[in-house]
Order: sequence, then structure tokens, then C-alpha cells
Amino acid sequence: MALDIRRTIIGQSKRADIGHIGSCLSIADLLAGLYGGILRIPALDDAARDRFILSKGHAALALYGALHAGGWLAGDRLDEYCVDGSALSGHPEHALDGVELSTGSLGHGLSVGAGVALAARLQGSDYRVFVLLSDAECNEGSVWEAVMFAAHHRLSNLVAIVDDNGQQALGRTRDVLDLSPLAERWRAFGWDAQVIDGHDADGFVAVADALDTSDGPPHVLVAQTVFGKGVSYMESNIRWHYWAMSENEYEEALNELEAVEVGAPQQGRVL
Amino acid sequence: MRHAFVQALLQISERDESIVLLTGDLGYTVLEPFAERFPDRFFNVGVAEQNMMGLATGLALSGCKPYVYSIATFASMRPYEFLRNGPVLHELPVRLVGVGGGLDYGHNGATHHALEDIGLMRLQPGLAVVAPADPAQARNAVLATAEWPGPVYLRIGKDGDDIAGLGGRFELGRAQLLGSGTDVAIVTYGSITAEAIRAASLLEAAGVGTTIAVAASITPAPLDDLADLLDRVHLAVTLEAHYPSGGIGSLVCEMVAELGLRCRVVRAGVTTITRGTSGGRSYLYDKYRLSGDHVAETALAALGRVR
Repeated sequence: MALDIRRTIIGQSKRADIGHIGSCLSIADLLAGLYGGILRIPALDDAARDRFILSKGHAALALYGALHAGGWLAGDRLDEYCVDGSALSGHPEHALDGVELSTGSLGHGLSVGAGVALAARLQGSDYRVFVLLSDAECNEGSVWEAVMFAAHHRLSNLVAIVDDNGQQALGRTRDVLDLSPLAERWRAFGWDAQVIDGHDADGFVAVADALDTSDGPPHVLVAQTVFGKGVSYMESNIRWHYWAMSENEYEEALNELEAVEVGAPQQGRVL
Repeated sequence: MRHAFVQALLQISERDESIVLLTGDLGYTVLEPFAERFPDRFFNVGVAEQNMMGLATGLALSGCKPYVYSIATFASMRPYEFLRNGPVLHELPVRLVGVGGGLDYGHNGATHHALEDIGLMRLQPGLAVVAPADPAQARNAVLATAEWPGPVYLRIGKDGDDIAGLGGRFELGRAQLLGSGTDVAIVTYGSITAEAIRAASLLEAAGVGTTIAVAASITPAPLDDLADLLDRVHLAVTLEAHYPSGGIGSLVCEMVAELGLRCRVVRAGVTTITRGTSGGRSYLYDKYRLSGDHVAETALAALGRVR
């Protein structure tokens, strides 16, 4: 599934001539784990479905790729990405089925996720809420307001995933506003915190399945990822936070993805 | 007025189990009746207004109807973008309750004076903006907005007595008229309505026929009621505990311009930042020429009949 998501990211960002490619690629395996194994979604309007909020909304294309790979978005609709009049914006819109929350302003998703998790408790439902944040999003004070609330109320059905790719808009996170030690910070605020390989989708599913989401503290999985993962010239290169691909770059990216498909070894496993 | 709000909230919460109440650690001696009656539906989320608005968004996305309570400055401005990207963008039934709007928290100083909340809220499409004049109207405003499908901003006065003649009347999209004079209209909302009453009595005594329009439903705006009234009078004085821009003064100017009405508009509001001056509400009304006496003077001056 991760390969499908990456194909969507590369293909559609080229067609639309739009950036944020690196931020999308770094979460492709996490989304494969979520939509390929973790999320229980019998139907998009099922009141008891698990919720997923992409708080780092600038990776919307990766979400569209995952919704497509998971069978929730038809393939031809992907061609609407950033087309005038389409619901598939550069940041996800609630108007699109499968998007739980319109995001794009960092620091918003976790508090909303905490509210959804609280509603589940009030309504006696056992669904779970997964919120995927970027690491630099943890610069936002509002994230820590939500962190404190969720811990205080022991929202065990709330699972935060931090895409710890070490890159933010104008530099490395350690140089802009150092977040380390990230997992320890969440732990100090009362969360169950684990560090995972964000490119091992199977391992992510196993960890997520083992979480106690009925009792205890909320959970955070600090997913160590590589910005631009899967396209070697994009990896850890800030240019790919912004830029769109040239024809040559597009061909090279596609070739790398397809080389993986025919069995070339790569780090981590993909679903 | 705060107690009237809570009593009305208790009433609707008895029949609507989806209602929850969130507070940003404010409401001492006000919210206890709700907290005691519905302890499982009451959350003091701490001093964290952004998270409070985010929580309310998540709760409303999941079928709850959250009332979010804080002092008007903190309720309206700290989480403003969360309000925009949450309840407004998703058209959710979140009710944001800003207590003590305007100069109600007089002595507490400039950080507690909500003088731009109405303007900020008027900007947001689909957001009902309601500012009752007295406790009885506050109660009916809570009842009338209970089923509003989208978000609501309720500016609730800190204290205040009922306005004679208003009888608690409230209807979304309507203004309540007091008096029937055709010289001057005073268009107002919120707890400063008491000053409009004083001004109207002074004007009537000076032979100036005055009608007060209580525009507690600011959005949806009482367009028909105000258009009828403004078409009948020579002068409209807007009175609000708010900066002159963005609130009812702006609304009336927009209407007069857009409808091509002939009446003149004078906006009475707080014209400067309230920094550096401690004072109770009455003192500050005097200082900013918003007391009934000043408003009457303003109207007479505008009519060319200075006392």
C-alpha cells in the first residue's frame, strides 16, 4: 500500500506541479499502516468508526493516496488534486468524504482529536482517534495544551503519531527550535510514549494493535522518518518541502519507486 | 445576566443530553448549578482557550453540543483561529459564551475590556452573534439559539437589571423597539442598553421623539426592523461598548449606504485603547461619552439642538 501511496504522491504532484512532496513521502508508510491495517472503518459514516486526523495538513496528497489505496476514493478522483473547483485541495477539506477535519493550520488537530476522543467516552463508544502531527508542529503551544488535557483525562483512546523527520520549513528542527528529547517530553506530560520506525508499516501496525486504548494514558508514537523517503535525491533535502519536479526529476523518482516494486531491497518493510 | 444564562442552559440541558459545558477555569459562583446537576457533562479544561475551542470542535463533530465559557476577551480572541477553522469552517453547533463584554469588567483594566469581539464575530459567515441587553433577554436568547444549526457567539453581560418594557423579548433576526419617536433612533445591544434608556428619556424631555432598537441579534442582522426604523428618523445614534468599527455602528452605516437611506448616523463607541485608566463601568462610560447623559448630548448636538 505504501508504494501505491508514493505513486500517487509522485504522479499527482507532477501533474498538478505542486510541492510538499517530501512531507508527503515521509508519512507514506505510516498511512499504509493506518489504512492498511490499523483503522477500523466499516463505512465512512459509521458512528463507531476509528477516526484519523491529518493534523499536518500540508501532506494532504499522501492522505488522498491512502484513501484511494484503502478503497475510499476512486482513482479518477485523484486527478482532481488541486484542479479548480475540486474538493481535493492542497490541504484536506472536510467536504471530501473520508476527511474528518479540515486542516492546514498546524497545532489544531490534536485538540480536536482530544474532543472526539472525549465524545467517544461520553457516548460509551470504543472507537479510537489517531492524529498524525509533524514534528515541527510541536512548536505550537496549542499542541501542549491538548497534551495536558488528554493526559489529565486519561484519554486512552487517543493516539498521536509524530512524523519525526527532523525537517521543517526553514531548516532542521534541531536548529530552528530543538524538540529533543521528543518522546521524553510527551512522557513527562503523562503520555505513554514509544519511538517507532516510521517506515516499518508492519511494525507500526503491531505496535498500534498492542496499545491499550480502553484504559490508561493516551499514547504517542514518535515515528522516526526520513523526509522525502523513497526518492533518494529528495531525502532530507529541504528543497522538496516546496518545489515541484522537473520532467527528469519525475522520471528518476518514478524509476526509483518501480525499482522497489520489482524487489530491490530497501530499508523497512511496506504493506 | 450570567446567572440567567446558566439557568437557561440548565433548562435546555434537561431535554438535550448532547449539551456539554466547557470552561477555561472561569465562572466561580456562576457555573456551579450546571456542574452539580450534570457533573459528567461539565469540563473545566484549565486556562487553555485554544484547546477548549479545539475540544469543542471535536465534541461537536461527534454529535455533542458544546457551550464554551470564558470572559469575552479570552473567549473571542485567543482561540479565534480555532473558532474559524473549527466550528465556522465545519458549520458545527458550538456556542461560544463571552462573559462581561464591553466595559463590564471595568476595574480589571484593558486586558479585560472586550471592545472588538462583536466586530471579529460579525466577520465570520454563518456564525450567529447575539448580545442580550438584560438577564431576561439573555435567558430567551439562550433558548432561541439552542437549535441554531451552526455556531453561536453569545456576549453575556456580567451583571445588570432587566430593562423596563423589553420584557425579555428576543428573536433571531429581529430588533426589539422601545418607544415610537421619529426624530432619533438609538440602535444598541448588550448591557449598555440601560444607558440608551436614560438617553431616550432625556431626549423625550427635550421634545425629541426617540425610538430605541435593541439589536441583540447582531447576526443574523435585524435588517427589516432596522430598515423600517432608519427610514423614519432623521438621526440614528448607535451605542455600543465596543470600538466604533465592526459592531452595530458599522452595521447601521452599511445599511444606510446600501439601502440609500437619508438618515444621518452618529456612532457612539470607545474611541481609544482603554489603557492606563482604572475605573468602574459607569466611570468608563462617562469617560468615553457613552453614558445616557452623553448620548443625549451627542444626539442633540447632531440634531443642532444643543442644550
